[in-house]
Amino acid sequence: MNDMRILERKVAANDIKISASNTQVYYGDNHAIKDVSIEIEDKTVTAFIGPSGCGKSTFLRCLNRMNDTIDICRVEGDILLDGEDIYDKRVDPVQLRAKVGMVFQKPNPFPKSIYDNIAYGPRIHGLANSKADLDVIVEKSLRRGAIWDEVKDRLHAPGTGLSGGQQQRLCIARAVATEPEVLLMDEPCSALDPIATAQVEELIDELRVSYSVVIVTHSMQQAARVSQKTAFFHLGNLVEYGDTGQIFTNPKDPRTESYITGRIG
Amino acid sequence: MSEQQHIVSSYDTDLETIQAMIMKMGGLTEAAILQAANSLETRDEELAEKVRKNDAAIDELEEQINEECARVLALRQPIARDLRTVLTVMKISANLERVGDYAKNLAKRTSVLVQMPPIDGSSGAIRRMAKTVETMLKDVLDAYIQRDAELAEDVRLRDQEVDQMYNALFREFLTFMMEDPRNITACMHLHFIAKNIERMGDHVTSIAEQVIYLVTGEMPDEGRPKRDRTSIETHGNE
Repeated sequence: MNDMRILERKVAANDIKISASNTQVYYGDNHAIKDVSIEIEDKTVTAFIGPSGCGKSTFLRCLNRMNDTIDICRVEGDILLDGEDIYDKRVDPVQLRAKVGMVFQKPNPFPKSIYDNIAYGPRIHGLANSKADLDVIVEKSLRRGAIWDEVKDRLHAPGTGLSGGQQQRLCIARAVATEPEVLLMDEPCSALDPIATAQVEELIDELRVSYSVVIVTHSMQQAARVSQKTAFFHLGNLVEYGDTGQIFTNPKDPRTESYITGRIG
Repeated sequence: MSEQQHIVSSYDTDLETIQAMIMKMGGLTEAAILQAANSLETRDEELAEKVRKNDAAIDELEEQINEECARVLALRQPIARDLRTVLTVMKISANLERVGDYAKNLAKRTSVLVQMPPIDGSSGAIRRMAKTVETMLKDVLDAYIQRDAELAEDVRLRDQEVDQMYNALFREFLTFMMEDPRNITACMHLHFIAKNIERMGDHVTSIAEQVIYLVTGEMPDEGRPKRDRTSIETHGNE
């Protein structure tokens, strides 16, 4: 008997993209991430959930060294991208962030044209040899951001003139323009209405074909809808990490169950 | 299956998958009804054995559907029409599973009945009754997939025919048993078979009600004519 169950949701044995082991993060004396070890798969959407202050954003920001910008922040442990330590002294954080792109909670387009928002990254990383090359990258990225049809006739209008949902998709298009391998998203939909949210979620599902996507979300429902893997953080600990279907139907840890059923915050 | 698609296309895939599973389960159940009735009429023990074995596949599908529905409920939080789709899929799969069990029971009794002399005319009548139920099931599954509440209502009303056939067979078997007590064992088995087919009809009716609920959002009124009077009449004393 063939099992007709939704293959889409089945997690194939994907390669490990990011491997973190015994990660500790301190903000001054505050021990924010406590001994977190996790393996994030390639071509998979991984959701980080947990109550406010549980460390999910802090941990996400470790994955492309965004925490370097905070003076009192100290990161210990090994975080490997394709087996290479991203905190190695020889790694250039700017190059790292081209490989590990990020989309933030509030859409933050540059105060430039739609075209230049996308072209900026490829230009500074030397990904385009000519104007024609750049045009191709801009169109491709805007298509991947599922916003091409809406902006193709006004590429030179300011990016800040778009609606919130469009701005966020512009930012996603900007993030994919440098051909990253990993896309980190920190609450990418919390400033969007339900339709724009659904559009971004559909986009995330499409991006999964090429990238490893890690999304931090306050909405458990969103984690359930978009991800194949879910990690639950609580008080700086990684409590449970598993297939999304399992986490939301039969979590193993009582704390996970309490959180997703709305019994603890 | 619905005219408008979700913005998140994998949601459509999820809903289409559980509905495809229901259709597959329905197809297996239809086949089980027909094969079980044929095995009785042609006294084909091998076919009866096959029906008994195949029931496992129907049961397994029911389990898969339940798991998948739980997953869709947990991960998608469906509402409105989508919610009704998931709720009706769960109920319909339970009904189909019961129909499959009755077909299996029919096949089991066939294996016993072939050891006894046949009762004239009975197996043909049972096959016709089974065929009526199978056609109702086929129509109700069509009604489900086409979201056709009228066709579902039609199926619901057709259950009377099955009830009438059962009434007629009930009397017939009673007569056979009174005529010759040596017929009692076979007639008892045949009567249980007829009763089980009548119950299949009730499950198909219940599926029809689910289709009406899915399309309209409301369960149909209870005012369905019933023709199974064997439980309120005394036939033996006429």
